Amino acid sequence: MRSFILFAVIVAAGTGGELCVSRAMKLVGEATSFHPAEILRVILRSLRQPWMWAGVAMMAMAFFALLGALSTYNVSFVVPVTALSYVAGALGGVVFLHEHVSRQRWFGVLLVAIGVVLVFLGKS
Amino acid sequence: MDATRTSTNVESSHHHLRLKTFLMIVVMIFTGPLGNVFLAKGMKSVGSIALWPPSQLLPLALKIFASPFIWLGISSLLTFFISYMLVLSWADYSFVQPASSLAYGVVALLGYFMLGERVSTLRWAGIAIISLGVFVVSRTSPRTTHPVAGEA
Repeated sequence: MRSFILFAVIVAAGTGGELCVSRAMKLVGEATSFHPAEILRVILRSLRQPWMWAGVAMMAMAFFALLGALSTYNVSFVVPVTALSYVAGALGGVVFLHEHVSRQRWFGVLLVAIGVVLVFLGKS
Repeated sequence: MDATRTSTNVESSHHHLRLKTFLMIVVMIFTGPLGNVFLAKGMKSVGSIALWPPSQLLPLALKIFASPFIWLGISSLLTFFISYMLVLSWADYSFVQPASSLAYGVVALLGYFMLGERVSTLRWAGIAIISLGVFVVSRTSPRTTHPVAGEA
């Protein structure tokens, strides 16, 4: 039960946090150049978005949950579970950010998730 | 920005979008893992840490921030997060998230070539499948939502 809660927090808060940061950046609008002044402008604007702060808070929560999980379980068990984040991320992109995830993109996301599991099963 | 765009402009701006998205993802997949490696190296040089008694916290912090590896790690991770924010300002999260998993491949390559680590066949297979998945995702358009109307 404890492990289930930890894993749920890692996936939900981690992906949720990134989705919030993503939403904030969509509201900030496209960075038009790589000029330092423009980058600074974009960063300062993002700090005024509540979504940005919500996102960073959730990512911090996920980070501590990950530390908690790693203190009890093996990395080779923890990380494959977090591969679910890729599926959760694409789903969140559709629902929360109104992105269009085509069948092709879904297929790519599934391949990535499978690959991540293999990478960690193959850790010697 | 400029409201008048001809069709050739749209095409070249799409090409431009793709190019700068790939550029930022390349920066992310290198600075992320490098930052973690530097931080780990820096923390190992600090040795085992004690959080109690609290009077130990200041000397501990001084010891941590005296390590150049910690600063290298912090600047790498800062670069990572800024490129992440920039790319998300124009590209889909559902495009960037799977694409940034190429970092697993970078970690294995760095370990193999720089640290002489052995990488198992299963792990290479996983990296190959990740790369294939990223290739499939990269064939889709980096942006499927419309930029928010109004000032950019």
